[in-house]
Parts: sequence; structure tokens; C-alpha cells
Amino acid sequence: MKKEPARIVFESVRKAYGPVVAVRDVSFEIPAGTLVTLLGPSGCGKTTTLRMIAGLELPTSGRMLIGERDVSGLPASERDVSMVFQSYALFPHMNVIENVAYGLVVSGTAKPAAHAGAREALKSVGLEGKEARLPSELSGGQQQRVAVARALVLEPSVLLFDEPLSNLDAKLRRSMREEIRDLQQRLGVTVVYVTHDQEEALAVSDHIVVMNHAEIAQIGSPRDLYERPETVFVATFMGDANLVAALLQHTSATHGDVRLGGMTLPVAHRGIAAGQVQVSLRPESLAVQASSAMHAGETHPAGILQGVIKKAAYLGTHIEYHVTTAIGELFLKCDEVLQPIAPGADVSLTPTGHGVTVLKP
Amino acid sequence: MRSPPQRAALAWALAGLAACAVLPWYSLQGNVFALGWLPHIATKEAAPLLLQAFSHGRGWLLPIGLLFALAAAIAFTFPAAARKPLGAWLVGIGGFGVAYTLLQGFALGIKGWSFGFLTALAGTTTQTQIGMGLGAVLVVLGFLFLLTTGIALRGSFRGDMFVAGGVGLCVLLVVLFTFVPLFVMLTGGFQNQEGAWSISAFANRLFNERIWGLACVQGAGRCGVAWNTLFLALCTATGCTLLGLAFALTVTRTKFPAKKLVRVLTVLPIVTPPFVIGLGLILILGRSGLVNQFLEYAFDIAPSRWIYGLQGVLLAQLFAFTPVAFLVLIGVVEGVSPTLEEAAQTLRADRAKVFTTVSFPLMLPGIANAFLISFIESIADFGNPIVLGGNYAVLSTEIYFSIVGAQLDQGKAAVLALILLSFALGAFWIQRRVLGKKSYVSMTGKGDSGLPVPLPARVEKGVYAIVIPWLCLTVILYVLALLGGFVETWGRDYTPTLKHFWKAFSVEFSAAGGTGLGIVWTGAAWNSFWTTLTLATIAAPFTAALGLLTAWLITRNQFAGKNAFEFMTLLSFAIPGTIIGVAYILAFNVPPIEITGTALVILLCFMFRNLPVGVRAGVATMSQLDKSLDEASLTLRGSSFTTLRRVVLPLMRPAIVAALVYSFVRSMTTVSAVIFLVSAEYDLATAFIIGRVVNADYGIALAYCTVLVVMMILAILLIQWLVGDRNQKIGRKSK
Repeated sequence: MKKEPARIVFESVRKAYGPVVAVRDVSFEIPAGTLVTLLGPSGCGKTTTLRMIAGLELPTSGRMLIGERDVSGLPASERDVSMVFQSYALFPHMNVIENVAYGLVVSGTAKPAAHAGAREALKSVGLEGKEARLPSELSGGQQQRVAVARALVLEPSVLLFDEPLSNLDAKLRRSMREEIRDLQQRLGVTVVYVTHDQEEALAVSDHIVVMNHAEIAQIGSPRDLYERPETVFVATFMGDANLVAALLQHTSATHGDVRLGGMTLPVAHRGIAAGQVQVSLRPESLAVQASSAMHAGETHPAGILQGVIKKAAYLGTHIEYHVTTAIGELFLKCDEVLQPIAPGADVSLTPTGHGVTVLKP
Repeated sequence: MRSPPQRAALAWALAGLAACAVLPWYSLQGNVFALGWLPHIATKEAAPLLLQAFSHGRGWLLPIGLLFALAAAIAFTFPAAARKPLGAWLVGIGGFGVAYTLLQGFALGIKGWSFGFLTALAGTTTQTQIGMGLGAVLVVLGFLFLLTTGIALRGSFRGDMFVAGGVGLCVLLVVLFTFVPLFVMLTGGFQNQEGAWSISAFANRLFNERIWGLACVQGAGRCGVAWNTLFLALCTATGCTLLGLAFALTVTRTKFPAKKLVRVLTVLPIVTPPFVIGLGLILILGRSGLVNQFLEYAFDIAPSRWIYGLQGVLLAQLFAFTPVAFLVLIGVVEGVSPTLEEAAQTLRADRAKVFTTVSFPLMLPGIANAFLISFIESIADFGNPIVLGGNYAVLSTEIYFSIVGAQLDQGKAAVLALILLSFALGAFWIQRRVLGKKSYVSMTGKGDSGLPVPLPARVEKGVYAIVIPWLCLTVILYVLALLGGFVETWGRDYTPTLKHFWKAFSVEFSAAGGTGLGIVWTGAAWNSFWTTLTLATIAAPFTAALGLLTAWLITRNQFAGKNAFEFMTLLSFAIPGTIIGVAYILAFNVPPIEITGTALVILLCFMFRNLPVGVRAGVATMSQLDKSLDEASLTLRGSSFTTLRRVVLPLMRPAIVAALVYSFVRSMTTVSAVIFLVSAEYDLATAFIIGRVVNADYGIALAYCTVLVVMMILAILLIQWLVGDRNQKIGRKSK
């Protein structure tokens, strides 16, 4: 790519359809040359946000910049942005090469040059030799590649993906998402990627923008969001989380302790006031061990939580347990698959030292 | 570098200026495209706007030219980034320009000021002007597109100037050629015979014994035309719905052997002129029809005029509109999911119970819809009542006679039209509500497995008892109607002959008289035949283009006021043709749009009467196309226009065929609206036939109908061949 990738800036952008607000006064910046995911449940406004970047919807109020240019009122056909659609949207009456060359042809490039450019783009997605096929004669994965090639051919400074993998089977989804990530790294283009699959988002993104109810819930790197979720919504949406009430005590300017059913766990308090708080426990935050070795009358060592296995599910790489404890029922994962613990057995739960976060009220 | 909207604004401003400088401002006697006016360009008649303003003392026109110059200067000098300020200027200039140009046209007519209050305001004037010409048309369009480009620049219509322009164009056309004529006509109801405003004149006309009288209920005399119209429409709608339902059930739920025939017969009324059925009925039941002749021959019963009156019109309408009801109901009956019926069966319901508790209730909204559509068709019908009505007057014929007959009472026509319009719009409003709220037909797109439950045996027998005789009658009717053109005189002399065809369509070959091959079209019908064919051929592509554009705007774009826009285009469908016809001659008889008696007025009537058909064909097809196809093209730098041309249109061939065919066929067979608009120079086939029917000259009328039917079938085949059918290879959805 000869063109520089462009940053994208939203300044309190709002999109309303009559009384329904699809995106509420959202502000963020997507740095040039990064892959950023818009993640959220359906109806959260992520697709509307993407379509506003594309110019398929214009914001009701607020300002949007692509690069240094204010594009708030600019229609799609006048923006330097390409998009890969969920349904791929390949033109069914054109063959592969005509589809890919379309953007060049309608921008006024002569047909031979346009087809040469299209061939180049098809090569970059590894799809040579299928130029004369119709889209209906291609497999789902191949259609996906054609759609990507078609978006790349104009060398846009921003490339948008709207749930591009949702029509593929699980295996193909994994290899396609790696290809998209490789392509983005190779070309250095700014990519905005919409998905509702948090695993997909964690795997490909530089940054993730989590949206909920037309607003941004949290922005951060994949590790930020998984390890340091700020709200109940982000904690439960990004993977599994046990939500329990606990008492927070500040111990330093940045850290504190939470007291949880006899355990005392150190955490970063992130400015949350001391007192009763909600805590997220990831399934891997407590290690599960059979406590059959202990006998009645023995005292439990401090910092260990006792429980009884309620349900167990064997999943090959790990086992999932539902454990009944004094602080409620907990959902935990254990990598020790060789000696599964049967339901009804007593267990002791030891903190692993990570996966515990204090949530904002 | 100027942005595309800026370039568009500049182009429209310059085009407007050019129109002001060279094109005749007022309408000319001859064809403006023949350029016969060029040598006389300096005259008061043919001068363009700038000359009119400077040399002919029409200084009030000058601001129009100045506005374009201003727009061009602004579009040329503004920086590309200043979208909103430029938009504001263009909105101001364009909006003011459209309003000023139209208002000055309406205000100043052939005899000076058009409205009394203007004389009071500005004093008498010696200035007069005639209808607008090509220059004025381009100027209005120029202002309109400056306005819409400005609106798009300000961020409406997703900033898309093509969409904005399309909506603007459609709105302007529909307003000018549907709503303005209606308004002008209806105001006529409030003017007395001297042309002064008068509420009492309106009241006298509205509360008239001839319209609302109830004498027939008391057993003496005749009822008013309003009651007649309503009674006929209720009978027709009930009958058509029952017959349509019987046919729909037969086709979907029985093993009836002649299903193909049913389908064919539903197409026939579409391609036959509206009085073929009426004429067929006369051949069977008329005074010299087969039945009367047989009765006279066998039992010596004197021939009766029984067919002329309510019975005859009702019978003809039942034949004519049952196919319409059938087409609505077949969709509804097929839409009832077999899965639901199977579910009912597994819950121990027998076949009769399934039908009465599940299938029938699910069909009810559709049945209501079929009823209302037949009702609207019946009150709007003109062809059947005029042929068979006799003394049974309905609103549409009454309007015709108050305009065309000796009465020439425009006020009365306006009031009758108002009543008819309120009936039609009332039914239309109820229909929209029924469809909007209570449609159970599930269109999930998932394939529904299971077989429709066959009808219970007793219902099946009952349905057959209706369907079979009616089917036979229909076939006989059409066969006789076609045969009627091939005999000497029906009822008296059944010798086969081609003399009617010869009388209508004779040609002579003479070396001296004709041009080219020396063919002289001597037949009586040739004039109207060629006019109809030419005008229908010209109107079809324009109607299809405007209809599909409207459909695309409705289905593919989001903009403020879209629902009102959609409602407006659909509404014109509910306006009976008779009303449109009267409205056109009254509104377009005077400047600024002075086109009565020309081919143009017939063309416009064809276009705007048939527009909703094109819209519906387009909407149906477009809602099956994945919307992200358009969006993909937009994000690939294709403008809306490019997208429409390269992506949407190629995928819309079936809709294009449908729109072209319907527009052409309906233009060829329409009678209610155009009967008012034909002139000696521009006669139409249907008007010609009605003239013959009124004179009881059935032979030539039937011969002409036969020729029209053949013509239309040929035309449909030709259109299908031209537009082609490449859809087998293309999956309809892109997925």
C-alpha cells in the first residue's frame, strides 16, 4: 500500500432513528494502522457505528474524522473506506474478476488496468485462477476471499469488516480470522471489525471497543478487558465471571484487599471506594482440589474456601465444575483432567493469584 | 478540486442559464423538437426567457435568469469543504426559483391575472401569457435539482444528491400531475355557473335528490347515483370475493383437472379491452343475443332488454374482477402454512374442524383485502356501466355525462367526483388498515414442509358447483366475443365474413398517393390504432423508469417523510380514472400547463395512471435483493446512480418486464380517464370502440377488440424477448 493508513476519530457522535437512539454520544479514537474490534451483543449499536464510518449512515449529531478530514456529512461513495459485508454482497450477475474490478471500473480506471489491479488483489488473498467463476460457483470461504479482495482493490486507508466470519463453519472461521489479521499486519491498513463473538475479538484485535445499550462500555486491549473489566456487563460479556459481594479495604494508593468468605485477596482498587463492592471471579481464579484427605475436626487453613461439587462437565482440555460454597454457587475450570472429582465430593478452593477484579458499582 | 455535488450544482445552473438563453419559454404550436421555431426565435411567441425579458417587456421573468447566474457563481467559487453553507445557498436559490417560476405561471394567464384578488392587489394588467414551453420546463427542473443538491449537501438523504434529486423529481411530478389537477377540479365544485365562489352552489349540488335520493326503497322511482354506486360495488365485491375464493381453493386444495385453464383465464381480463365482456354479454343475453333468440324461437317470448341495468353491469363486473380477487386470494390461500394445519390435525381436529378453526381464520384478512380491492375496482369502473348500464346510473357514468353531454356542468362533475373520490379513498384507507394490522400470512423465507390439507368433501362439492359453471360461462363469453367480429350481423345474419376487419383496417396500394411503398391506410380504425400504439409504446418505458425509480427510493433509501412519499405514490392508484380524466381537462386547459387536446396530455395520463403498477413490481422484486449489494457498490466509490445502473437494474429484469408489459397493456386498454382527453387528431382505440358500441355497431367493435388482443400478446412476447430472461443462472440472494 502506498497510501498512509488513517486514524478514525469520533467526537460525541449520536445516531437516532426518530425516538430510538442507536448510538448515544460516543467518542473514541482508532489509531492509524491498528485493528480495532467493535464488540457487543446484538442491538448494541456496533453495526450502526461501523456503517457511520462507511458513510452508509450519517450521524444525527457530532463530528467524525478519518485522517484529518471531517467526513460527518460525506456520503459513502466520496470516502476513502472499503467494507466487507456479512453476506459478502458479491454481485451475482458479475464473475469474480468483474466483482473485484468493480471499484476501479466505476472510479474511471480503464478495463485492462482495472483487471490487472483486480488480479493483484485476488493474488493477495490467494485466489488465482477463479477469475471467470460466478459467485454462486464458489464455496463460502472463497466468496469471503473475493469480498476481501474487492474491498482491497481500491487501496483504502480504512477497511471495515461487518461480522465477516459469521457465515463460515467453526474450523474455517479460525483460519480466516488469522488470515485477516496477517493481511492487516502486512498492509498496515487501519481495520475496524465488528463481531459479537468475544473469542474472535480477543484473537485478532489491537484494541477492543465493547458496546452496550448504544454506549461504549469499555475500551482497551484484549488483556485489559479480560483481566481488568470495569463493569458487570464487561466482566460477564468477555468470558465467564462469578459475581460475588465482598468487602474492599484500601491498603495503598493503588491496591487493596477484598475479603471473601474467609479468604483475603489482594486487588487493584482502581479508585473504587472502600466498603461493600461487587467482585468478578474468573473461572480460573480458584483452583479446585479434592479435600477428602481432611477429616472432621481438622481446621481449615486460612485463605481457603470449602465447597461441595454440584455438577461436573468433562470437556477434554479441562473440566468445568459448579461448586456450592458459603459465598454462593461458583463456576470454576480445572485443568487437572486426569482425576475428575465426582459431584457430591467436598473440595477446597485456593486462590491462583489472578482473575479477581473489583467492579464499579 | 470540486466535490461531485458542487460540479452537479454548477452543471444544473449552467443548463438553466442555457435554457434561459436559447430555448423558447412558451409552448409552441408545432413540435418543439422539430426546431421549426429557430428562424423565429426573436418573436414574442418563440423567444427564450432572456429575450422575453429584454425585448418583449416581460421583465418579471428576468430574476429567473439572474438566480441561475448567482447559483453558478456560488458553486464555482465556494471551497469544496464548505458543504453546509453551499447547501444553504442552493436550497435558497432552488426553492425560491421553483416557487417563483410556478407562481408567476399560475398568477398570470391568457386574460391577465388569473385570480380576482391579484387584480385588487396590483390593479389590472395588460400583460398576458400562454402555457409554459420547453425552456420553462428545463428551468423548473434546473431549480428543482439545485434545491435537492442543496438539501443533500446539508446532510439529508444520507448526503446523496442522486437520491435527493430522485425524490424531488417524483414529488414534483406526482404533485403537478395528480394533486394539482384534482385540486383544480374540486375547486370547481365551489364555483357557480358564472364562476364566482359560492358555498351554497356547492351545497345545492352535494345535497341533491339525484345523488342521495332513496325513492327506490319506498318502491317508487329511482335511487340516487351514490346509492346505486355503493349497492353495485357491494354486490360485485361480495360476488367476486366468493368466486375468487372458490377458484383459489380449487387450485390449491383439490385435484381439479383444469387448473391450468383457471390460470390462463385470470390473465385474459388483463389483455382484453374492458368492454369485451360487456359485448360478450350482449351477444348472449342482449335483445338479439342467443338466449333471447332461442326464447323467441322456442316459446315465442318477446326479446327483453333485461341485460341493460343493474343485473347486466353486475354480471359484467363479476366476470371482469373475479380474476383480480382470485390473484389476491391465491396468495393468501397458499400463504397459510401447511405446518399449522398439520399441527391442528395432530391435536385431534378432523378436516372440517381444521378448515373452520385454522385455515379459514388465517385467510380472513386476505379475504377482506380481496373484497375491498373488488369494491374499489367496481366503483371506479366506467367501461361496463357505460355499455350495459341503461337507466342504472352510477357515479362514473354520471360524471362523464355531466362533462361530455349537453349539460356541460363542471361544478356538478366536480361534486360527483368528490363523492366518488371519498368512497374510493375510504375503501383504500380501510384496506391499508386491514393489511397493516391483521395480516397473518407468514413470510419467514423458510421452506415450509408438509402438504396443504385437502378440502372437506362437502365443501369441495360446493366449490365445484360454483367453479365449473362459471368457468364454462367465461370460456363461452370470450369465444363468442371473438367470433362476433367474424359474422355479418349478430342475431340476424350469421354468415362468416371479414368485412368488419376490412372496414376498420383496410389498406390500399397506390403509387401516387402514399409515401414509400405507396400504402394508404384507408380503414376507419387506423388513426386511433396508430395513435394508441405509438403513445402506449412511448409511455411504457417512461412509466417503468419512473415506477422503478420510485420503488428504489422507497425500498433502498431512508429519508425523512418516506412514509408520506410512499403513501402519495400509492394513493394515485386509488383515484378512479374518470376523476383523473375530468381533472386533467379542467386543469390543463389553461396556462401554465396548457396541453389539453395534445398527445402529451394522453401520455401524461398513461404515465401517472400506471405509475403505481411499476412501483409495485419494483418494490416486490427489490425487497428480494440483498440490500448490502447496493451498499457494497456505494463503499466501492460507485455513486447511487452507478449503483442503480450497474448493480440494481441488471438484477431487476423480471420487474422491468412486468412494469413495461403492464404499462403498455393498461395504456392500450384503459378507457375511463382517456375518454375525456381524446381529440379528433389524437383518438384512441378504446374511445373509438366505445363510439361504435354506443351506435350498436358491434361487428366493428368486436373486430377491433380481436386485433387489440392479438397486438398485446405480440407486444408482451416482444418485450420479454428484448429485455431477456437471464435469471436462471443468478441466485436471487447473494448468499
